[in-house]
Amino acid sequence: MQTSLTINGETRQLDLDPRTSLLDALRHHLGLTGSKKGCDHGQCGACTVLINGRRVNACLSLLCMHEGDEVVPIEGLGQPGALSPMQQAFVEKDGYQCGYCTPGQICSATAMLEEIAQGWPSHVTADLEARPELTTEEISERMSGNLCRCSAYPNIVDAIRKAAGETA
Amino acid sequence: MTEQFKMDAPATDRRLDGMAQGLVGAPLDRPEGPLKVSGTATYADEYRLENLAHGMLVRAPGNSGRVRLANRDAVAAMPGVLAVIHDPRLLRNPAQGTANKAPVQDANEAHYLGQPVALVVAESFEHARHAAHALKIELEGGTPRPVDPETAAIEPQSSKGLDQGDLDRAMTEAVHAVDVTYRTPSHSSAPMEPHASIAQWDGENLTLRGSYQMLKYNRNELADALGIHPDRVRILAPYVGGGFGSKLGLAPEAVAAAIAAKETGRPVSVALTRPQVFETTMRRSETRQRIRLAADAEGRLAGIGQAALVSNLPGEVFAEPVLQATHFLYAGENRRLSLDLARVHRLCAGSVRAPGEAVGITVLECAMDELAEAAGIDPVELRRRNIPEKDPESGKEFSSRRFREALDSGAEAFGWSDRPATRSRREGEWWIGYGMASAARVNVLMESRARVTLAPDGSAKVETDMTDIGTGTYAILGQIAGEMLGLPRDRVEVVLGDTDLPPASGSGGSWGAASSGTSVYVACQAIRAQLAERLGVAETELTLKDGQAVFDNRTETLAEILKGDEIAKEGHVLPGDTSKAVRQATFGAYFVEVAVNGVTGETRVRRMHGSFAAGRILNAKTARSQCLGGMIFGIGMALTEELAFDDRDGHVANHNLAEYHIPVNADVPQITVELLEERDDWASPLQAKGIGELGICGAAGAIVNAIHNATGVRVRDFPATLDKVIAGL
Ligand code: FES
Ligand code: FES
Repeated sequence: MQTSLTINGETRQLDLDPRTSLLDALRHHLGLTGSKKGCDHGQCGACTVLINGRRVNACLSLLCMHEGDEVVPIEGLGQPGALSPMQQAFVEKDGYQCGYCTPGQICSATAMLEEIAQGWPSHVTADLEARPELTTEEISERMSGNLCRCSAYPNIVDAIRKAAGETA
Repeated sequence: MTEQFKMDAPATDRRLDGMAQGLVGAPLDRPEGPLKVSGTATYADEYRLENLAHGMLVRAPGNSGRVRLANRDAVAAMPGVLAVIHDPRLLRNPAQGTANKAPVQDANEAHYLGQPVALVVAESFEHARHAAHALKIELEGGTPRPVDPETAAIEPQSSKGLDQGDLDRAMTEAVHAVDVTYRTPSHSSAPMEPHASIAQWDGENLTLRGSYQMLKYNRNELADALGIHPDRVRILAPYVGGGFGSKLGLAPEAVAAAIAAKETGRPVSVALTRPQVFETTMRRSETRQRIRLAADAEGRLAGIGQAALVSNLPGEVFAEPVLQATHFLYAGENRRLSLDLARVHRLCAGSVRAPGEAVGITVLECAMDELAEAAGIDPVELRRRNIPEKDPESGKEFSSRRFREALDSGAEAFGWSDRPATRSRREGEWWIGYGMASAARVNVLMESRARVTLAPDGSAKVETDMTDIGTGTYAILGQIAGEMLGLPRDRVEVVLGDTDLPPASGSGGSWGAASSGTSVYVACQAIRAQLAERLGVAETELTLKDGQAVFDNRTETLAEILKGDEIAKEGHVLPGDTSKAVRQATFGAYFVEVAVNGVTGETRVRRMHGSFAAGRILNAKTARSQCLGGMIFGIGMALTEELAFDDRDGHVANHNLAEYHIPVNADVPQITVELLEERDDWASPLQAKGIGELGICGAAGAIVNAIHNATGVRVRDFPATLDKVIAGL
């Protein structure tokens, strides 16, 4: 089945089995293995990529549903030598250990900051009208779709705070 | 070439303290970090080999009977299918850590529900998945088999137990006595990277890209399973997406991939699905533990009893070593410790982060909290009063033990003196409470080898088959080599995870850092000796810093000394007499504040602090992260984690991450960690001990104790889910 979409700014034509998930298209067919498969069930967030700027679990989405979409997986956020502020902050704050959940955490965190900037409330936002603040509680709540069994959570929160300070 | 070092005497020279580079202990970033954060670190199932085929395991639908593939030919004819493998060499379950030989191999007989019995190989992942679903496994002639440890046949593990003095009498004579039974459920390591292997043959030589913790053992296990010589097997695992014990031993997917690759003549990838990770890798055994504590009026222990029941599959020797640290943590001359193993047809039990102490010390620490309450003594003070002078069983000295300091310093850092009386502090609908627990974990040094090469340009390379499973190996081995050779961190390259390199201890049992680190240290010592010889000075007179040697008031660069030569040395460390001469262990203390909802029974961990003593810290940043990881495993263990087994056939009822609840970000506060300054001369010439598991060895107890302080409710059946808490509210 033909699908045409943009991946990291490049237009790609793919002719794949219609059962192919966006995650497997990236990992098995495009050589972009930065997006991880932790569960293939939408339960862990390791496969998080940005689609038209929003965070999405790529394992829960078929490639053929993304005709014309702009997909940015972790490789598009920055590479060694030219890391994004979020990626750099994860390194400095040790926001990982094994690194397997990390690309998903970073894609998710990058989009999450944008959601806060746009004023989206979360479950822990007290005032739905006010602009949400970047508290530890807000970050933890909004990042709870990304599991980390190495349990780097406190460092992930620190990394996001650091990156937010730098980009703000 | 090879420099051998046996740990027969305490290393009182503390050479690292006299080095000049200042790398060891520093909180340096992981050197592989930029690869991990950009998605360019390559894990097992990420090699896009030409002509790669995909395999999907198919498992037994029951725990008994002969396996029959009912529609094998039809499945083999499905689109894209290359082979349907049903081979007697398939593994029934993973090998135990350090097994060094294949575990039980049986694809013809079902032993537990979820056992891999076949592999479908196809052109694509989608084809393989579809065909694997279609393959029908029938079990013939099965009989009902025990799945419940409480009623199954028992094998006493008498070599693990002890009967010293007269515990019954001590209990009768005690002023304060506690006699309680706790239960902990099975846990899954649940690393975020599912177990995966890509097998590729080149003639008779096999290369396996796998997700494994202990490559030198895994290579022998794989060779044994296939019936080939280990020289024909190479395993690569430069990045491992977490293990926590579940990747210690060779697992079924590796052997299946190797057989399939041979049969199809193509490289084959086999990755477990998340349900398969829960159903066919290792579980931590559930435990039932009866604890007896007999104390005098001041809370001084006269007796300790721990009687534990654990379980495993028939044919497996591993029995969760629940008693391991109870043997030495507290005083008390009357001691009765026993371990029983029940034979059940649930998935295999094996190592999950800190086998033994994770459950054994957690439960002991809950019972200590009950004793503190009964005796009206502060829980920290109760522990302080029961620190034994020497090992209470063997009479041996402790190697180093800053246990009392951890208790005191942790209490101070946390603000323990502000602890409320039981069920007395309420904020809105939340009950607030504090809890604490001690931490203890045995320390072990293992045989390990590494090669260090000092190149003519004065840069160095460390090579070993050691793994980094998130533990910080890339960081610390580079720091040790840089320290010893006087090189900035970026002048040392570390290459890991390849069985073509000198065989290391592997990552497990918290021994990886000290063992592989010592092998690097020993190799660097030999290089230093050779540099000194070239300069005609004693090695101890040589100061190496920033690529220069300073000696006799002179300075030369390494390049000048090397004159175009390279120096390559292999370091080989062996455990020796110090492992027997003294009791070696790591210690610490946890402090927790919880809020328990008075309406729903929900528990939130508000604050958590750990103070730990584990010898010399090699990298303060990665060591702290290891402690955080352990403590957060403790949060899961205390509040949410439980593998639930079906009573009828023993299958795992919650085989995915939506139903097996590991902690998420919102479950975890900004935990604080203190690493106490310590040197353990008996442990290793680095004076370092293990730290990878210490963080979980009692942590869950501190949380459950805090729930009691908040609400007055004692939960003796882990995890303390809201239904159990609210029943007591
Ligand atoms: S792999 Fe997509 S959410 Fe887990
Ligand atoms: S870094 Fe290992 S799972 Fe998050």
